[in-house]
Amino acid sequence: MKKKILKILESLEKLDRRIIFIFIVGAIALPLIFPLNIDFSVTPPVQSFYDEIQSLPEGSKVLLACDYDPGSMPELWPMNLAVVRQLCQKNLKVISIQLWATGSPLAEAAFNQVAVSEFNKKYGVDFVNLGFKEGREIVMVSLGESIPITFPTDYHGNRVEDLPIMKDVKNYKDLDIIINISGGLPGTKEWILQVVSRFHIKLVSGCTAVSAPEFYPYLQSGQLVGLLGGMKGAAEYEKLVGETGLGRRGMDSQSVSHIVVFLFILIGNIAYFSTRKKKKR
Amino acid sequence: MRREVPIVICFLAGFFFISDFFIPEPHWTQIAHRVNQWAIIVIAFAYVLGVGNIVRVNSQVIKRKERDWGYKILLLSGLVLMIILGIGFGIKEGTTFNWIFMNAMYPMQATMFSLLAFYIASAAFRAFRIRTWEAALLGVTAVLVMIGRVPVGEFLWRPFPDFIEWIMNVPQLAAKRAIMIGAALGAISTGLKVLVGLERTYMGGE
Repeated sequence: MKKKILKILESLEKLDRRIIFIFIVGAIALPLIFPLNIDFSVTPPVQSFYDEIQSLPEGSKVLLACDYDPGSMPELWPMNLAVVRQLCQKNLKVISIQLWATGSPLAEAAFNQVAVSEFNKKYGVDFVNLGFKEGREIVMVSLGESIPITFPTDYHGNRVEDLPIMKDVKNYKDLDIIINISGGLPGTKEWILQVVSRFHIKLVSGCTAVSAPEFYPYLQSGQLVGLLGGMKGAAEYEKLVGETGLGRRGMDSQSVSHIVVFLFILIGNIAYFSTRKKKKR
Repeated sequence: MRREVPIVICFLAGFFFISDFFIPEPHWTQIAHRVNQWAIIVIAFAYVLGVGNIVRVNSQVIKRKERDWGYKILLLSGLVLMIILGIGFGIKEGTTFNWIFMNAMYPMQATMFSLLAFYIASAAFRAFRIRTWEAALLGVTAVLVMIGRVPVGEFLWRPFPDFIEWIMNVPQLAAKRAIMIGAALGAISTGLKVLVGLERTYMGGE
Protein backbone atom coordinates (compact mmCIF):
# COMPACT_ATOMS: atom_id res chain seq x y z
CA MET A 1 0.00 0.00 0.00
CA LYS A 2 2.78 2.37 1.04
CA LYS A 3 4.65 1.55 -2.18
CA LYS A 4 1.56 2.23 -4.22
CA ILE A 5 1.09 5.66 -2.59
CA LEU A 6 4.76 6.46 -3.13
CA LYS A 7 4.43 5.53 -6.80
CA ILE A 8 1.41 7.81 -7.20
CA LEU A 9 3.32 10.65 -5.51
CA GLU A 10 6.32 10.05 -7.78
CA SER A 11 4.14 10.29 -10.85
CA LEU A 12 2.51 13.44 -9.43
CA GLU A 13 5.88 15.08 -9.06
CA LYS A 14 6.52 14.57 -12.76
CA LEU A 15 2.99 15.53 -13.73
CA ASP A 16 2.57 16.23 -17.44
CA ARG A 17 2.04 19.94 -17.96
CA ARG A 18 -0.81 19.23 -20.37
CA ILE A 19 -2.86 17.95 -17.41
CA ILE A 20 -2.23 21.26 -15.63
CA PHE A 21 -3.33 23.08 -18.79
CA ILE A 22 -6.63 21.13 -18.87
CA PHE A 23 -7.35 22.04 -15.25
CA ILE A 24 -6.61 25.71 -15.96
CA VAL A 25 -8.96 25.69 -18.97
CA GLY A 26 -11.69 24.26 -16.72
CA ALA A 27 -10.94 26.72 -13.92
CA ILE A 28 -11.23 29.67 -16.28
CA ALA A 29 -14.11 28.51 -18.50
CA LEU A 30 -16.51 26.90 -16.01
CA PRO A 31 -17.00 29.97 -13.75
CA LEU A 32 -17.70 32.03 -16.87
CA ILE A 33 -20.52 29.61 -17.76
CA PHE A 34 -21.70 29.03 -14.17
CA PRO A 35 -20.90 32.24 -12.23
CA LEU A 36 -20.30 32.00 -8.49
CA ASN A 37 -20.81 35.74 -7.86
CA ILE A 38 -18.40 35.91 -4.94
CA ASP A 39 -18.60 39.35 -3.38
CA PHE A 40 -15.51 41.45 -2.69
CA SER A 41 -14.66 44.74 -1.03
CA VAL A 42 -12.86 47.75 -2.54
CA THR A 43 -9.20 48.23 -1.63
CA PRO A 44 -7.80 51.71 -0.71
CA PRO A 45 -5.81 52.34 -3.96
CA VAL A 46 -8.95 51.74 -6.06
CA GLN A 47 -11.10 53.84 -3.74
CA SER A 48 -8.58 56.73 -4.06
CA PHE A 49 -8.66 56.40 -7.86
CA TYR A 50 -12.44 56.69 -7.87
CA ASP A 51 -12.56 59.48 -5.26
CA GLU A 52 -10.01 61.64 -7.10
CA ILE A 53 -12.11 61.63 -10.26
CA GLN A 54 -15.34 61.98 -8.31
CA SER A 55 -14.01 65.07 -6.50
CA LEU A 56 -13.48 66.98 -9.77
CA PRO A 57 -16.09 69.66 -10.51
CA GLU A 58 -18.29 69.26 -13.59
CA GLY A 59 -16.57 70.43 -16.78
CA SER A 60 -13.05 69.76 -15.50
CA LYS A 61 -10.57 68.74 -18.17
CA VAL A 62 -8.93 65.35 -17.94
CA LEU A 63 -6.07 63.86 -19.94
CA LEU A 64 -6.66 60.15 -20.60
CA ALA A 65 -3.51 58.39 -21.83
CA CYS A 66 -4.36 54.93 -23.19
CA ASP A 67 -0.92 53.34 -23.41
CA TYR A 68 -1.62 49.66 -24.00
CA ASP A 69 -2.13 47.04 -26.68
CA PRO A 70 -4.53 44.14 -27.32
CA GLY A 71 -2.19 41.81 -25.37
CA SER A 72 -3.13 43.47 -22.09
CA MET A 73 -6.77 44.07 -23.02
CA PRO A 74 -8.28 41.44 -20.67
CA GLU A 75 -7.00 43.51 -17.75
CA LEU A 76 -7.01 47.05 -19.14
CA TRP A 77 -10.00 47.19 -21.46
CA PRO A 78 -12.54 46.80 -18.60
CA MET A 79 -10.71 49.67 -16.83
CA ASN A 80 -10.78 51.84 -19.94
CA LEU A 81 -14.54 51.36 -20.37
CA ALA A 82 -15.24 52.00 -16.67
CA VAL A 83 -13.02 55.11 -16.63
CA VAL A 84 -14.80 56.59 -19.66
CA ARG A 85 -18.11 55.75 -17.98
CA GLN A 86 -17.22 57.58 -14.75
CA LEU A 87 -15.89 60.57 -16.71
CA CYS A 88 -19.15 60.73 -18.69
CA GLN A 89 -21.28 60.34 -15.56
CA LYS A 90 -19.42 63.29 -14.03
CA ASN A 91 -19.68 65.36 -17.24
CA LEU A 92 -15.93 65.86 -17.41
CA LYS A 93 -14.14 66.89 -20.62
CA VAL A 94 -11.84 64.13 -21.84
CA ILE A 95 -8.71 64.66 -23.94
CA SER A 96 -7.20 61.32 -24.92
CA ILE A 97 -3.71 60.62 -26.25
CA GLN A 98 -1.80 57.41 -26.86
CA LEU A 99 1.93 56.79 -26.62
CA TRP A 100 1.40 53.26 -27.94
CA ALA A 101 0.38 53.01 -31.60
CA THR A 102 -1.87 50.05 -30.78
CA GLY A 103 -3.73 52.10 -28.17
CA SER A 104 -5.43 54.45 -30.64
CA PRO A 105 -8.08 52.11 -32.08
CA LEU A 106 -8.78 50.79 -28.59
CA ALA A 107 -9.29 54.27 -27.13
CA GLU A 108 -11.50 55.14 -30.10
CA ALA A 109 -13.57 51.98 -29.60
CA ALA A 110 -13.97 52.73 -25.87
CA PHE A 111 -15.27 56.24 -26.63
CA ASN A 112 -17.68 54.93 -29.26
CA GLN A 113 -18.95 52.15 -27.01
CA VAL A 114 -19.51 54.29 -23.90
CA ALA A 115 -19.32 58.06 -24.53
CA VAL A 116 -21.21 58.06 -27.85
CA SER A 117 -23.57 55.06 -27.58
CA GLU A 118 -24.49 55.27 -23.88
CA PHE A 119 -24.12 58.95 -23.00
CA ASN A 120 -24.63 60.62 -26.36
CA LYS A 121 -21.49 62.75 -25.85
CA LYS A 122 -20.30 64.90 -28.71
CA TYR A 123 -16.88 64.48 -30.29
CA GLY A 124 -14.78 67.63 -30.08
CA VAL A 125 -17.05 69.11 -27.42
CA ASP A 126 -17.15 66.53 -24.61
CA PHE A 127 -14.22 64.36 -25.65
CA VAL A 128 -11.43 64.21 -28.20
CA ASN A 129 -8.96 61.57 -29.30
CA LEU A 130 -5.66 63.21 -30.27
CA GLY A 131 -4.26 59.85 -31.37
CA PHE A 132 -0.76 58.43 -31.26
CA LYS A 133 2.52 60.31 -31.26
CA GLU A 134 5.91 58.59 -31.24
CA GLY A 135 8.55 60.01 -28.93
CA ARG A 136 7.58 58.50 -25.57
CA GLU A 137 9.00 60.68 -22.72
CA ILE A 138 9.75 63.53 -25.14
CA VAL A 139 6.05 63.74 -26.02
CA MET A 140 5.13 63.77 -22.32
CA VAL A 141 7.48 66.69 -21.66
CA SER A 142 6.46 68.45 -24.86
CA LEU A 143 2.79 68.43 -23.77
CA GLY A 144 3.89 70.47 -20.78
CA GLU A 145 4.86 73.26 -23.14
CA SER A 146 2.08 73.02 -25.72
CA ILE A 147 -0.54 70.38 -26.45
CA PRO A 148 -1.65 71.88 -29.84
CA ILE A 149 1.96 72.05 -31.06
CA THR A 150 2.70 68.48 -30.00
CA PHE A 151 -0.60 67.24 -31.47
CA PRO A 152 -1.50 69.68 -34.30
CA THR A 153 -4.26 67.34 -35.57
CA ASP A 154 -6.42 64.74 -33.83
CA TYR A 155 -7.00 61.06 -34.68
CA HIS A 156 -9.55 62.07 -37.33
CA GLY A 157 -7.35 64.70 -38.95
CA ASN A 158 -9.15 67.76 -37.49
CA ARG A 159 -7.09 70.76 -36.47
CA VAL A 160 -6.80 70.52 -32.68
CA GLU A 161 -6.97 74.28 -32.18
CA ASP A 162 -10.37 74.40 -33.96
CA LEU A 163 -12.04 71.93 -31.57
CA PRO A 164 -14.28 73.55 -28.89
CA ILE A 165 -12.96 71.21 -26.17
CA MET A 166 -9.41 72.42 -26.82
CA LYS A 167 -10.30 76.08 -26.34
CA ASP A 168 -8.18 77.44 -23.50
CA VAL A 169 -6.20 74.20 -23.28
CA LYS A 170 -2.55 74.96 -23.83
CA ASN A 171 -0.65 72.61 -21.56
CA TYR A 172 -0.80 70.65 -18.29
CA LYS A 173 -1.70 73.82 -16.36
CA ASP A 174 -5.12 73.74 -18.03
CA LEU A 175 -5.80 70.14 -17.07
CA ASP A 176 -7.03 68.85 -13.71
CA ILE A 177 -5.77 65.28 -13.67
CA ILE A 178 -4.01 62.68 -15.83
CA ILE A 179 -5.44 59.17 -16.05
CA ASN A 180 -3.03 56.63 -17.45
CA ILE A 181 -4.10 53.16 -18.59
CA SER A 182 -0.71 51.53 -18.77
CA GLY A 183 0.34 48.26 -20.40
CA GLY A 184 4.08 48.74 -19.91
CA LEU A 185 6.70 51.13 -21.19
CA PRO A 186 6.18 54.05 -21.76
CA GLY A 187 3.54 54.13 -19.07
CA THR A 188 2.80 55.10 -15.51
CA LYS A 189 6.42 55.17 -14.33
CA GLU A 190 7.40 57.55 -17.13
CA TRP A 191 4.38 59.78 -16.48
CA ILE A 192 5.45 60.05 -12.84
CA LEU A 193 9.11 60.68 -13.59
CA GLN A 194 8.64 63.12 -16.45
CA VAL A 195 5.35 64.87 -15.72
CA VAL A 196 4.07 64.57 -12.12
CA SER A 197 7.22 65.74 -10.37
CA ARG A 198 7.96 68.36 -13.03
CA PHE A 199 4.59 69.89 -13.88
CA HIS A 200 2.89 69.23 -10.54
CA ILE A 201 -0.26 67.57 -11.83
CA LYS A 202 -2.16 64.70 -10.25
CA LEU A 203 -1.92 61.24 -11.78
CA VAL A 204 -4.02 58.10 -11.34
CA SER A 205 -3.14 54.85 -13.04
CA GLY A 206 -4.71 51.61 -14.18
CA CYS A 207 -2.09 48.97 -14.92
CA THR A 208 -1.61 45.23 -15.35
CA ALA A 209 -1.46 43.12 -12.18
CA VAL A 210 2.15 42.20 -12.85
CA SER A 211 3.31 45.83 -12.86
CA ALA A 212 1.15 47.07 -9.94
CA PRO A 213 3.72 46.28 -7.17
CA GLU A 214 6.19 48.57 -8.97
CA PHE A 215 3.90 51.56 -8.40
CA TYR A 216 3.23 51.10 -4.69
CA PRO A 217 6.24 53.26 -3.69
CA TYR A 218 4.83 56.11 -5.82
CA LEU A 219 1.38 55.57 -4.35
CA GLN A 220 2.75 55.88 -0.82
CA SER A 221 4.79 58.97 -1.68
CA GLY A 222 1.70 60.66 -3.14
CA GLN A 223 3.15 60.96 -6.65
CA LEU A 224 0.38 58.61 -7.72
CA VAL A 225 -3.01 59.30 -6.14
CA GLY A 226 -4.89 56.17 -7.18
CA LEU A 227 -4.13 52.76 -8.64
CA LEU A 228 -6.14 50.01 -10.34
CA GLY A 229 -4.06 46.83 -10.40
CA GLY A 230 -5.05 44.19 -12.95
CA MET A 231 -8.46 42.67 -13.46
CA LYS A 232 -9.20 42.73 -9.71
CA GLY A 233 -8.60 46.49 -9.68
CA ALA A 234 -10.88 46.82 -12.70
CA ALA A 235 -13.57 44.75 -10.98
CA GLU A 236 -13.43 46.85 -7.79
CA TYR A 237 -13.59 50.02 -9.86
CA GLU A 238 -16.56 48.71 -11.87
CA LYS A 239 -18.29 48.07 -8.55
CA LEU A 240 -17.76 51.71 -7.55
CA VAL A 241 -18.89 53.02 -10.93
CA GLY A 242 -21.97 50.79 -10.68
CA GLU A 243 -21.58 48.42 -13.59
CA THR A 244 -21.11 44.70 -14.10
CA GLY A 245 -18.45 44.69 -16.76
CA LEU A 246 -15.79 42.32 -17.97
CA GLY A 247 -13.69 42.84 -14.83
CA ARG A 248 -16.38 41.69 -12.42
CA ARG A 249 -17.39 38.82 -14.69
CA GLY A 250 -13.77 37.64 -14.78
CA MET A 251 -13.36 37.58 -11.00
CA ASP A 252 -14.86 34.11 -10.49
CA SER A 253 -12.54 32.64 -13.13
CA GLN A 254 -9.57 34.31 -11.51
CA SER A 255 -10.60 33.06 -8.06
CA VAL A 256 -11.00 29.46 -9.17
CA SER A 257 -7.83 29.45 -11.31
CA HIS A 258 -5.79 30.85 -8.39
CA ILE A 259 -7.15 28.10 -6.14
CA VAL A 260 -6.24 25.50 -8.77
CA VAL A 261 -2.68 26.87 -9.05
CA PHE A 262 -2.41 26.82 -5.23
CA LEU A 263 -3.57 23.18 -5.16
CA PHE A 264 -1.00 22.25 -7.78
CA ILE A 265 1.75 23.94 -5.73
CA LEU A 266 0.54 22.03 -2.66
CA ILE A 267 0.43 18.69 -4.51
CA GLY A 268 3.87 19.33 -5.97
CA ASN A 269 5.34 19.95 -2.52
CA ILE A 270 3.63 16.94 -0.91
CA ALA A 271 4.99 14.75 -3.70
CA TYR A 272 8.42 16.35 -3.39
CA PHE A 273 8.71 15.82 0.37
CA SER A 274 7.30 12.30 0.26
CA THR A 275 9.68 11.11 -2.43
CA ARG A 276 12.73 13.05 -1.15
CA LYS A 277 13.75 10.39 1.39
CA LYS A 278 13.58 7.68 -1.25
CA LYS A 279 15.71 9.76 -3.62
CA LYS A 280 18.32 10.36 -0.89
CA ARG A 281 18.62 6.64 -0.30
CA MET B 1 38.77 65.12 -33.22
CA ARG B 2 36.77 61.98 -33.98
CA ARG B 3 36.47 61.32 -30.25
CA GLU B 4 36.40 64.85 -28.85
CA VAL B 5 33.54 66.19 -30.99
CA PRO B 6 30.98 63.49 -30.00
CA ILE B 7 31.98 63.87 -26.34
CA VAL B 8 31.44 67.64 -26.49
CA ILE B 9 28.07 67.21 -28.26
CA CYS B 10 27.03 64.60 -25.68
CA PHE B 11 28.08 66.85 -22.79
CA LEU B 12 26.29 69.92 -24.14
CA ALA B 13 23.08 68.02 -25.00
CA GLY B 14 23.03 66.21 -21.66
CA PHE B 15 23.79 69.35 -19.67
CA PHE B 16 21.14 71.28 -21.60
CA PHE B 17 18.34 68.81 -20.84
CA ILE B 18 19.35 68.38 -17.20
CA SER B 19 19.40 72.14 -16.69
CA ASP B 20 15.99 72.41 -18.39
CA PHE B 21 14.62 70.13 -15.69
CA PHE B 22 15.96 72.29 -12.87
CA ILE B 23 15.89 75.85 -14.32
CA PRO B 24 12.32 77.09 -14.85
CA GLU B 25 13.46 80.08 -16.97
CA PRO B 26 10.93 80.74 -19.83
CA HIS B 27 13.50 81.37 -22.59
CA TRP B 28 15.51 78.33 -21.62
CA THR B 29 12.34 76.21 -21.48
CA GLN B 30 11.26 77.45 -24.91
CA ILE B 31 14.57 76.43 -26.46
CA ALA B 32 14.28 73.03 -24.77
CA HIS B 33 10.76 72.68 -26.16
CA ARG B 34 12.01 73.47 -29.68
CA VAL B 35 14.71 70.82 -29.34
CA ASN B 36 12.06 68.36 -28.10
CA GLN B 37 10.08 68.98 -31.29
CA TRP B 38 13.21 68.20 -33.33
CA ALA B 39 13.63 64.99 -31.36
CA ILE B 40 10.03 63.92 -32.15
CA ILE B 41 10.70 64.52 -35.87
CA VAL B 42 13.99 62.58 -35.73
CA ILE B 43 12.21 59.68 -33.99
CA ALA B 44 9.55 59.69 -36.73
CA PHE B 45 12.33 59.32 -39.29
CA ALA B 46 13.69 56.38 -37.30
CA TYR B 47 10.46 54.56 -38.21
CA VAL B 48 11.29 54.93 -41.90
CA LEU B 49 14.76 53.59 -41.15
CA GLY B 50 13.20 50.70 -39.21
CA VAL B 51 10.90 49.77 -42.10
CA GLY B 52 13.85 49.96 -44.50
CA ASN B 53 15.86 47.69 -42.26
CA ILE B 54 13.06 45.11 -41.96
CA VAL B 55 12.65 45.05 -45.74
CA ARG B 56 16.42 44.73 -46.32
CA VAL B 57 17.04 41.95 -43.77
CA ASN B 58 13.99 39.88 -44.67
CA SER B 59 14.28 40.20 -48.44
CA GLN B 60 17.83 38.83 -48.17
CA VAL B 61 16.50 35.79 -46.28
CA ILE B 62 13.81 35.28 -48.96
CA LYS B 63 16.33 35.66 -51.78
CA ARG B 64 18.66 33.02 -50.28
CA LYS B 65 15.71 30.83 -49.27
CA GLU B 66 17.07 30.56 -45.76
CA ARG B 67 15.22 29.01 -42.80
CA ASP B 68 11.57 30.20 -42.40
CA TRP B 69 11.72 32.26 -45.62
CA GLY B 70 8.03 31.63 -46.19
CA TYR B 71 7.17 33.50 -43.00
CA LYS B 72 9.28 36.42 -44.14
CA ILE B 73 7.12 36.74 -47.26
CA LEU B 74 4.08 36.87 -44.99
CA LEU B 75 5.78 39.50 -42.81
CA LEU B 76 6.67 41.75 -45.73
CA SER B 77 3.25 41.28 -47.35
CA GLY B 78 1.58 42.31 -44.09
CA LEU B 79 3.88 45.30 -43.78
CA VAL B 80 3.22 46.52 -47.31
CA LEU B 81 -0.54 45.83 -47.09
CA MET B 82 -0.95 47.76 -43.82
CA ILE B 83 1.13 50.69 -45.07
CA ILE B 84 -0.94 50.93 -48.27
CA LEU B 85 -4.26 50.58 -46.40
CA GLY B 86 -3.24 53.00 -43.63
CA ILE B 87 -1.82 55.75 -45.81
CA GLY B 88 -4.19 55.25 -48.73
CA PHE B 89 -7.54 54.72 -47.01
CA GLY B 90 -7.08 55.93 -43.41
CA ILE B 91 -6.98 54.26 -40.03
CA LYS B 92 -10.29 55.32 -38.48
CA GLU B 93 -13.11 53.00 -37.41
CA GLY B 94 -14.85 51.48 -40.40
CA THR B 95 -11.70 51.31 -42.54
CA THR B 96 -10.08 48.06 -43.69
CA PHE B 97 -6.96 48.96 -41.72
CA ASN B 98 -8.97 49.13 -38.50
CA TRP B 99 -10.90 45.96 -39.40
CA ILE B 100 -7.65 44.01 -39.83
CA PHE B 101 -6.32 45.42 -36.54
CA MET B 102 -9.44 44.50 -34.56
CA ASN B 103 -9.95 41.08 -36.20
CA ALA B 104 -6.40 39.83 -36.72
CA MET B 105 -3.90 41.75 -34.58
CA TYR B 106 -6.18 41.95 -31.53
CA PRO B 107 -7.07 38.23 -31.23
CA MET B 108 -3.51 37.15 -32.07
CA GLN B 109 -1.91 39.37 -29.43
CA ALA B 110 -4.57 38.47 -26.88
CA THR B 111 -3.94 34.77 -27.57
CA MET B 112 -0.20 35.15 -27.03
CA PHE B 113 -0.78 36.94 -23.73
CA SER B 114 -3.41 34.43 -22.60
CA LEU B 115 -0.94 31.58 -23.00
CA LEU B 116 0.93 33.10 -20.05
CA ALA B 117 -1.78 31.84 -17.67
CA PHE B 118 -1.01 28.26 -18.67
CA TYR B 119 2.77 28.63 -18.54
CA ILE B 120 2.63 30.42 -15.17
CA ALA B 121 0.47 27.63 -13.73
CA SER B 122 2.87 24.98 -15.00
CA ALA B 123 5.93 26.95 -13.85
CA ALA B 124 4.42 27.56 -10.39
CA PHE B 125 3.82 23.83 -9.98
CA ARG B 126 7.47 23.07 -10.74
CA ALA B 127 9.25 26.11 -9.26
CA PHE B 128 7.57 26.57 -5.87
CA ARG B 129 9.26 23.59 -4.20
CA ILE B 130 10.11 24.37 -0.59
CA ARG B 131 13.73 23.24 -0.68
CA THR B 132 15.19 25.99 1.57
CA TRP B 133 13.92 28.55 4.10
CA GLU B 134 14.17 31.31 1.51
CA ALA B 135 12.13 29.24 -0.94
CA ALA B 136 9.57 28.63 1.82
CA LEU B 137 9.28 32.36 2.48
CA LEU B 138 8.87 33.11 -1.22
CA GLY B 139 6.39 30.30 -1.79
CA VAL B 140 4.19 31.10 1.23
CA THR B 141 4.10 34.84 0.42
CA ALA B 142 3.32 34.14 -3.23
CA VAL B 143 0.45 31.82 -2.33
CA LEU B 144 -0.94 34.29 0.22
CA VAL B 145 -0.87 37.19 -2.25
CA MET B 146 -2.30 34.98 -5.00
CA ILE B 147 -5.29 33.92 -2.90
CA GLY B 148 -5.72 37.21 -1.06
CA ARG B 149 -5.88 39.27 -4.26
CA VAL B 150 -8.96 37.47 -5.57
CA PRO B 151 -12.49 37.49 -4.10
CA VAL B 152 -12.24 33.92 -2.88
CA GLY B 153 -9.54 35.06 -0.39
CA GLU B 154 -11.96 37.50 1.20
CA PHE B 155 -14.66 34.81 1.15
CA LEU B 156 -12.38 32.47 3.12
CA TRP B 157 -11.14 35.10 5.59
CA ARG B 158 -12.71 38.57 5.75
CA PRO B 159 -9.56 40.63 6.58
CA PHE B 160 -7.49 38.83 3.88
CA PRO B 161 -7.43 41.85 1.45
CA ASP B 162 -6.25 44.17 4.28
CA PHE B 163 -3.48 41.73 5.14
CA ILE B 164 -2.42 41.60 1.46
CA GLU B 165 -2.43 45.42 1.28
CA TRP B 166 -0.11 45.37 4.34
CA ILE B 167 2.25 42.94 2.51
CA MET B 168 2.21 45.21 -0.53
CA ASN B 169 2.61 48.42 1.49
CA VAL B 170 5.28 47.33 3.95
CA PRO B 171 7.63 44.41 3.12
CA GLN B 172 7.12 44.53 -0.65
CA LEU B 173 7.39 48.30 -0.80
CA ALA B 174 10.49 48.44 1.39
CA ALA B 175 12.34 45.97 -0.86
CA LYS B 176 11.07 47.64 -4.02
CA ARG B 177 12.09 51.11 -2.85
CA ALA B 178 15.57 49.88 -1.91
CA ILE B 179 16.02 48.36 -5.38
CA MET B 180 14.69 51.52 -7.05
CA ILE B 181 16.98 53.84 -5.10
CA GLY B 182 19.96 51.58 -5.84
CA ALA B 183 19.13 51.47 -9.54
CA ALA B 184 18.59 55.26 -9.63
CA LEU B 185 21.97 55.92 -8.02
CA GLY B 186 23.55 53.58 -10.59
CA ALA B 187 21.78 55.40 -13.43
CA ILE B 188 22.93 58.82 -12.12
CA SER B 189 26.52 57.66 -11.86
CA THR B 190 26.47 56.07 -15.35
CA GLY B 191 24.81 59.20 -16.76
CA LEU B 192 27.44 61.47 -15.27
CA LYS B 193 30.21 59.22 -16.58
CA VAL B 194 28.72 59.44 -20.08
CA LEU B 195 28.34 63.22 -19.83
CA VAL B 196 31.90 63.91 -18.76
CA GLY B 197 33.31 61.42 -21.27
CA LEU B 198 34.53 58.74 -18.88
CA GLU B 199 32.13 56.20 -20.34
CA ARG B 200 32.64 56.04 -24.12
CA THR B 201 31.27 52.65 -25.12
CA TYR B 202 28.37 54.34 -26.94
CA MET B 203 30.93 55.48 -29.55
CA GLY B 204 32.13 51.90 -30.07
CA GLY B 205 35.35 50.43 -28.75
CA GLU B 206 36.94 50.99 -25.29
